[in-house]
Amino acid sequence: MKRITTFSTFALLTMLSFASCKKDNDTIPPASDELVPLSIEFDNIVGGQNLQLNTGSYKNAAGEFFSVNILQYFISNISLKKADGTVYTIPQDSSYFLIRESDPATRFAKVKVPEGEYTSLTFVLGVDSLRHTMDLSQRKGVLDPAGGMEDGMYWGWTMGYIFFKLEGTSPSAPVDPAGIRKFRYHIGGYGSPSFNNIKTITIDLNAGGIAKARKGREANIHLMVDISKFFTGTETISIEQWPMVMLHEYSIKMADNYASMFRHDHTEN
Amino acid sequence: MNKRYWLVLLLFGAVLACSKKAAELPDKIFETFKRPSNFPEPAYHFNTNAITEAKFELGRKLFYEPRLSRNNTISCGSCHIQTAGFTHHGHDVSHGVDDRLGSRNSPAIMNLAWGKSFFWDGGVTDLDLQPIVPINNPVEMDESIDNIITKLKEHPQYPGLFKRAFGSEEIDTDRIMKALSQFMVMLVSANSKYDKVMRKENNEQFSEAEARGYALFKTSCAGCHKEPLFTDESYRDNGIGAGPNDDPGRHGVTRQEEDRYKFKVPSLRNTAYTAPYMHDGRFLNLDAVLEHYAELVKNTPNLDPLLKQGATPGIPLTTAQRSNLLAFLKTLNDEQFVRDPRFAETY
Repeated sequence: MKRITTFSTFALLTMLSFASCKKDNDTIPPASDELVPLSIEFDNIVGGQNLQLNTGSYKNAAGEFFSVNILQYFISNISLKKADGTVYTIPQDSSYFLIRESDPATRFAKVKVPEGEYTSLTFVLGVDSLRHTMDLSQRKGVLDPAGGMEDGMYWGWTMGYIFFKLEGTSPSAPVDPAGIRKFRYHIGGYGSPSFNNIKTITIDLNAGGIAKARKGREANIHLMVDISKFFTGTETISIEQWPMVMLHEYSIKMADNYASMFRHDHTEN
Repeated sequence: MNKRYWLVLLLFGAVLACSKKAAELPDKIFETFKRPSNFPEPAYHFNTNAITEAKFELGRKLFYEPRLSRNNTISCGSCHIQTAGFTHHGHDVSHGVDDRLGSRNSPAIMNLAWGKSFFWDGGVTDLDLQPIVPINNPVEMDESIDNIITKLKEHPQYPGLFKRAFGSEEIDTDRIMKALSQFMVMLVSANSKYDKVMRKENNEQFSEAEARGYALFKTSCAGCHKEPLFTDESYRDNGIGAGPNDDPGRHGVTRQEEDRYKFKVPSLRNTAYTAPYMHDGRFLNLDAVLEHYAELVKNTPNLDPLLKQGATPGIPLTTAQRSNLLAFLKTLNDEQFVRDPRFAETY
């Protein structure tokens, strides 16, 4: 008997010593087993052509020829709506995606949603203002401000994410110091202390096919992102006149244009 | 008896297992951040970056680390020299990698824990995001954070230092910036004669000239250079006129025409060490600064209203008044700060 007591005391103590060392991170796991995968595909095109970096040749609404070297943009704050009007918002921490044409894997924004049939998709092109001022510990992955200079998506000097970056060459662009006829558009601005170019985009899925999120399947909402719309819409943009636009008032007109680039093509259920 | 002995041992073991490696007795007792009694509450978010000795020391090492620049030649400390009040003494603008010249005068790094914005144009409002700017700037350190992380990971000491500070060897943007912030917020300058007078320490008193200068300061200068930090952190055009590079100042951040040629009001602390003055370092000494305010203020479109109160722009100052003001400004120098061994490269 005594032996048993000693043994159980020993066991208890051992357990205690482990338990007391454990960090307090046993949070209740989110009910993710009720969620099913869903993807949103951002398929970049230019008018009637598939976008091909460096090699493709395109014409904008102003009649200027151009090629694209860099295309990347932030998609965030995704939510989906069912026919009955209920909305599921993806938890914000899992809702930031950087779509980069140079990396095919990034064309899919992969999220998890409750099972059901979704008739409408809403997302932000850019990064919300609140995330811009969050502690660095909450800004990892694609939001890491360390992104670098060439393909970076962050303006250090004004603490703003670049929402949309489009660079390329055009015979209409002036020769830059490196001897290249380049155009460069870096569009951002979260409203503080300058203007706000955050765009919320809602796309109806009824015509192209609603998304049926089911267990064991991964519905894919296939969007076409038409870069030719960046050059026209609210404002017809001339590369010759505007070869470089960054944190400039003219970017407001460009952002009005880029909000209309997205079109639902079909859904793979 | 034997068994009881076992139990005691076990209990002791359990306690030991949980306590971190018992620290070797430190040579000096680490003093964490303390708010001087004549200062307001700090603005820095200590709740997400509590000061520890290991993080502060890592921050100091990173501050003096030339690997933060592209060719491993320039550290933060290159242009922010302690003996110069953490400025680049004698340089109107600084030279970075490959001796490329910058466009603005290196600002003093002090009392940043109270700073609500950083740089002459206030473009950054979180200290943790400040170092990214000089690191990325092609004329300063011309380096990417990703490259820095690679270099630090390969370094014989850094992985261990990050482990000591943060609990694991992982090195990322967040950890680098948090450590640098720890060093920067600890750079508190609050031991000038002025501070001692205000805190009534050791019965410290202003001399007659200093007292007159202080009285004049309060009526003529404190509208922008607010005590006790000696800046209200606003952006103002003080009528010096655009320099050769036509630096637009705050306008570069807000793109508002009314902000053109406005710069952040700098602190007046430690001016004995931080010459030259203004955003482009155009004034070599304080006499030139006072001469500007008294006689040379230009009536620029965005000139600050506080400089437009008389018939002519500026602040009228007699020779005697200037001399009293200079006497007062000297009381804002904090020699202890520029000599504090905790902030030096070789500690």
